[in-house]
Amino acid sequence: MIWNSVSDFFAMGGYAVYVWGSFGVTAAAMVVEVLWAKHAHKKAIAHLQTEAAAKTLTHNDWSA
Amino acid sequence: MVTKLIYHYASPQHFYPLAGRLWPLFAIGASALAVWGLWLGLFVAPTDFQQGEGYRIIFVHVPVSWMSMIIYLAMAFWALIGLTLNARLSGMMCRALAPTGAICAFLSLWTGALWGKPMWGTWWVWDARLTSELILLFLYLGYIALTNAIDDPRRADKAGGILALVGALNVPVIYFSVKWWNTLHQGASVSMSRGSSMEKTMLTAMLVMAVAFWLYAIAMALYRVRSIILIRERHAKWVTALPGVSPTPAEGSA
Repeated sequence: MIWNSVSDFFAMGGYAVYVWGSFGVTAAAMVVEVLWAKHAHKKAIAHLQTEAAAKTLTHNDWSA
Repeated sequence: MVTKLIYHYASPQHFYPLAGRLWPLFAIGASALAVWGLWLGLFVAPTDFQQGEGYRIIFVHVPVSWMSMIIYLAMAFWALIGLTLNARLSGMMCRALAPTGAICAFLSLWTGALWGKPMWGTWWVWDARLTSELILLFLYLGYIALTNAIDDPRRADKAGGILALVGALNVPVIYFSVKWWNTLHQGASVSMSRGSSMEKTMLTAMLVMAVAFWLYAIAMALYRVRSIILIRERHAKWVTALPGVSPTPAEGSA
């Protein structure tokens, strides 16, 4: 461990804005990317379900 | 044996479940290495004698910059396979990689600006390294825009594939730019011919973070390609028969 205190750690020797700006935005970008990919997967599944449902509906119409 | 396996998993139907089993492994690996790398980089690695604590940006800047180039080369590889062997999956892999690549290129420029300001006194200069990395970001965005603009997926893959291949010429330009031109950007700290000029803990932390980002990129691509496969193959029987997709018997028989 190289830090003497918690505030020492967050101060980053005066470079806090630059260091935390880099780590923070990188972490945020990754969180957004993961949520975005999850959303896209859910959307794909929902799309397939709608198509499948539509298919069964039209089949029922014809057979009626 | 190997060829047989490759042909087997080149079919979206077989690759879909494989990718589903693999992405969590890569995600776990990426998380574990990120924790280790961040611990080393933020708590163990010593202060730099020239740049103080500001140098710690290296632990994100170098990995995302490397990944921005590696992902582009991976896209060019899949594009080449797609254009020559006409394998359907390669176009999907290409598209699954692009968003992560674009994010890495953006982060490379962002963290670079935040590093440049305190060390060089400027957020940005139009020098070879920075400009060629900016072009890389535009290539990613161009690829995404182009493939999204073409409705027919096979034609979109082809057009995007050509862009990915031609754009790959930019990658060696980025890599060697610090050698070929006078630039504000420092030379490589790690070189294949000279080894490393860095302190050992710093180097370990950086390499661990680089592998973490690599695994993260693979996990994201595998995760994303599954959604692409589902949409592209939505009329295939195996997709409509998937447990989460097919209507329940009670609904269907009504």
